Amino acid sequence: MSATVAMILALAVGTYAFRLVGPALHGRVELPARVQELLSAGAIVLLTALLATGALTEGGGFAGWARPTGVLVGAVLAWRRAPFVVVVLGAAGTAAVLRAAGVA
Amino acid sequence: MRTAERTPHLELIRDASLVWLASGVVGVSFGAIAVAGGLPVWVPVVMSLVVYAGSAQFSAVGVLLAGGGPLAAATTGLLLNTRTAAYSLAVAETLGRGRWARLLGAHLVTDETVAFALAQPDPVRRRTAFWVSGLGLYAVWNTGVLIGALAGDAIGDTARYGLDAAFPAVLVALVLPALRQDAPVRRSALLGACLALALTPVAPAGVPVLLALAGLLAFGKGRTA
Repeated sequence: MSATVAMILALAVGTYAFRLVGPALHGRVELPARVQELLSAGAIVLLTALLATGALTEGGGFAGWARPTGVLVGAVLAWRRAPFVVVVLGAAGTAAVLRAAGVA
Repeated sequence: MRTAERTPHLELIRDASLVWLASGVVGVSFGAIAVAGGLPVWVPVVMSLVVYAGSAQFSAVGVLLAGGGPLAAATTGLLLNTRTAAYSLAVAETLGRGRWARLLGAHLVTDETVAFALAQPDPVRRRTAFWVSGLGLYAVWNTGVLIGALAGDAIGDTARYGLDAAFPAVLVALVLPALRQDAPVRRSALLGACLALALTPVAPAGVPVLLALAGLLAFGKGRTA
């Protein structure tokens, strides 16, 4: 069990260290406007990559049709400027209905 | 919807509460899966409080339950969380100036809180969005995990409710304004997403999303160009 404690601690400390990079540097290092711009863009790039892999893949393979179809419905709703609630419920609802109908 | 437009706080809480609800349910399933797999109740509960990163927790526990050992479990989780370093740089200004705001705010840096913050039009609303969504998410996630760990697998597979489609959709809704307005960001994000998708079948979990940052090569000179 002490190995599990060590695992949790290592994961917790490492994760917190990653999260502290920005706040620790902020105010000490004056970042050029260009770098600031790249950092904001970088966060959007990461989030987009995360949503693409999250929508389409599961454990390194294809996630099946229900999930990507649901996300696509959400994306179309978002594109048409539907409220956030409608986007999220539309995506989840579509995936749930497809699964209930037997689509994986 | 007129009242919601006039009161950004209410709108924020309405949007965030949906994410809280979904995260709470996923938290319940995390607690339930960990305990059903044979781990003691305190493992998912303590892990959620101190690690506080959904995908890394699922992966670490998955590796552990599959017999991969603690070292592999920690490495997988850490690899998945490297992206939070980039997030923390992007929202460093947003957390606030005080020492405690930085130390506490750092722990609340997640995909969802950063997406909520960056979707706001000005620094004041960005800070509010970060803290409101972040504190709420921390509360419901940990409450959910505790309930799941104690109650066991009562809710069953969350995929049945389409929750696995809800999270990418949340991110779509939050990043779409930035992608729509800003051509350099759009180019970078599209290139990055393609890279991540191409690498997913071959690279270890966490690596493809991290390498998506190479998409910034398409950023060019940015808005100043």
